[in-house]
Amino acid sequence: MSHGDPIEAFRARILERKPLRIRGGGSKDFYGGMAAGELLDTRGHAGIVNYEPTELVVTARCGTPLAELESALAARRQCLACEPPHFGVATVGGAVAAGLSGPRRAAVGSLRDFVLGVKLMDGEGRVHRFGGEVMKNVAGFDVSRLVTGSLGTLGLILEVSLKVLPVTPGDASLRFEMPQDKALEAMNRWAGQPLPLVASCWQDGVLTLRLAGARAAVEAACVRLGGAVVADAEALVFWQGLREQSADFFGGEAPLWRLSLPSVAPPLDLPAAMLIEWGGAQRWMRGDADAARMREVAVRAGGHATLFRGGDKSAGVFALLPPSLMEVHRRLKQSFDPYGVFNPGRLYPEL
Amino acid sequence: MNQREHSADVAQDFSGIDRAALVAELSRLLPASSLLHVEEDLKPYECDGLSAYHQLPVAVALPETEAQVVAVLKACASAGVPIVPRGAGTGLSAGALPHPQGVVLSLAKMKRILHVDPVARVAVVQPGVRNQAISEAAAPLGLYYAPDPSSQIACSIGGNVAENSGGVHCLKYGLTLHNVLRVRAVMMSGDVVEFGNHALDAPGYDLLALAIGSEGMLAVVTEVTVKLVPKPEMAQVIMASFDDVMKAGEAVAAVIAAGIIPAGLEMMDKPATAAVEPYVKAGYDLNAAAILLCESDGTAEEVAEEISRMKAVLETSGATEVRVSQSEAERLRFWAGRKAAFPAAGRISPDYYCMDGTIPRKRLGEMLMAIAAMEKKYGLRCINVFHAGDGNLHPLILYDANVPGELERTEAFGAEILKLSVDLGGTITGEHGVGYEKINSMCDQFGSDELRLFHAVKRAFDPQGLLNPEKGVPTLHRCAEFGRMHVHGGNLKFPELERL
Repeated sequence: MSHGDPIEAFRARILERKPLRIRGGGSKDFYGGMAAGELLDTRGHAGIVNYEPTELVVTARCGTPLAELESALAARRQCLACEPPHFGVATVGGAVAAGLSGPRRAAVGSLRDFVLGVKLMDGEGRVHRFGGEVMKNVAGFDVSRLVTGSLGTLGLILEVSLKVLPVTPGDASLRFEMPQDKALEAMNRWAGQPLPLVASCWQDGVLTLRLAGARAAVEAACVRLGGAVVADAEALVFWQGLREQSADFFGGEAPLWRLSLPSVAPPLDLPAAMLIEWGGAQRWMRGDADAARMREVAVRAGGHATLFRGGDKSAGVFALLPPSLMEVHRRLKQSFDPYGVFNPGRLYPEL
Repeated sequence: MNQREHSADVAQDFSGIDRAALVAELSRLLPASSLLHVEEDLKPYECDGLSAYHQLPVAVALPETEAQVVAVLKACASAGVPIVPRGAGTGLSAGALPHPQGVVLSLAKMKRILHVDPVARVAVVQPGVRNQAISEAAAPLGLYYAPDPSSQIACSIGGNVAENSGGVHCLKYGLTLHNVLRVRAVMMSGDVVEFGNHALDAPGYDLLALAIGSEGMLAVVTEVTVKLVPKPEMAQVIMASFDDVMKAGEAVAAVIAAGIIPAGLEMMDKPATAAVEPYVKAGYDLNAAAILLCESDGTAEEVAEEISRMKAVLETSGATEVRVSQSEAERLRFWAGRKAAFPAAGRISPDYYCMDGTIPRKRLGEMLMAIAAMEKKYGLRCINVFHAGDGNLHPLILYDANVPGELERTEAFGAEILKLSVDLGGTITGEHGVGYEKINSMCDQFGSDELRLFHAVKRAFDPQGLLNPEKGVPTLHRCAEFGRMHVHGGNLKFPELERL
């Protein structure tokens, strides 16, 4: 084996058939189940492989810092519209493995929606290519999107192709004072109208909206919606604070619960402070809570609860699956990673 | 019977199936009106939208309820009988081609719109509901279902899920994948499962993404929740002429480079406009080597801003004529020609064969030159329509099935286009699916490692390999046989397999 070639080095580690903890920048070490196994650092396999602004696609190696990728896009007035968080120094591979999306998710789609292809090393060191660099591709099962958000349990992502979008010329943020129930009602109503609404956040009786699109459309929407205009610099910090969870709400040590719900779910009967995003579809709660109770509240509202950060992980981080789906998960894991090398326990204890 | 797990290497043998016993069992499970097994009744189901391939099944089951779907799947699982799910039968890749020893499971009778929620902006529908019927039901609420495949008046949402269908607006609004929140389905075991939910994500692996576009090979869809989006206030389309196809391709890149994502961006070459113009009188420029249709939608302010920017870009890119639709009627007329391209091909030729490769847009010139050379090589004409925004090319090869050898030449012509699509960095299918039609071309796009993993994915849902067998993913044996005809640069792509 050649020590100079990161792919061969990855393969050699995988062929030892011992549990590996795949890690890029380590920005999401807090996320998911307890990571077991020896560290496999992906940062040596880095760099943008191909960027074609007019084809709306960028391909990068797993260890590429997300910030580096985004600054290359910004230089051509393009972006990852789903705003995956950096949480410090995220890598492209880590972002895709975690599958997290930022404030614009409800309007523009999730990171998974923007994944066009992956190059993946399986648990036997074989390299596969799924999807590609074109927008439309229905040849074979959509493994690239299956791998997105699988927390590295199916394979080592070596390379990812992502759809990129132009930065929109118009951008404005508005603020309204309203209680939670009125804010939920308003967010759902406005989302059903042809408005360039891309992000929303409610906290402590204040609803903040972000509008982005053609300049004329944003200006017209501002007039139509009313509210107080948030200064550009303040708005930038505000949305960044949500994307990176650097806002005050996310500070401190209290456990952070994430509830993913239908946007129309009514206000929840929960004991602690709430922050609502995605037009009502993503709700954060800070504070100690009984895991079983959180899960029950989420299921009753039609969604699921994740112990996103901190707290006691012994009751599981992610909502449990029905047995028939868990069986499918087990078989998929067995097919991609027959020796249980990749991130055992990071998603579910049995995977 | 065949109870062992199916393997990636060779096709399964279903020849031992007891047809009489199967029909008897199905007639016990279904009302008489939901079961067809006499040849003349089976005939309409012998093919889908790609009629070059046809085959009679043993029976056609038309369940009316999810419970009946469960019963049929369980019975077929226990007897080891293949199932071919079928929506409206408009597919273009023979994905619903019956299996000679199998049952066609038509979801056509499950066609109720269960719920339209104007506040949550979702519709819950049964699989047999037509794509366009969803938008019609949502229209009074100012909402619609965005993916609009050209078959949308007839195709069903269950079929759209199976194929991950797109349409002319998918560059801006996405494919089925981006517009479906939840799929309820029955697995071959009879277990009813839900992929996704009414939130924006679900715990565990993204099985929803895997199910969408799985061509009926993983589970049978019984209910779908789709996203509804606000209807744009208005739309306008620009029709631009170019004296050179390459210039038209560069103009598309220039529009994207200017930071614009048009609602629709379509190209037609000269033979295509010549075929449709006498038929629909869209007012196309028949002297142009290619025309572009470039649409903007949104608020009136947004459209005005975008149209003026697009117009400027197209003019700078060398358009010889630029016309902007001045009324909704004119906009629809400009589109009518594009939407009539397939029927127009049928009008000028006894038969036509539609290909579906996708390529990086910058390789368009190479592809069109290669197609022109192939027209000479195979002695067949080809007209080209193109979802230019996303690189999805639909060459329509014109042929006459009654002329001995023309169908075979057409298939070879098509396969060569698909092979070139892969070589240019694209894919053999952008939106029509692999089905039975393109199964050999899968061997061009994927190696044995990927194909093995695809088979393993199928086994995770369907260990017996009964759902739509011999479609979508070729066996390694098939690729080895195919590879014998297509040896690339002296290297065998499947060296580990014995050649028979």
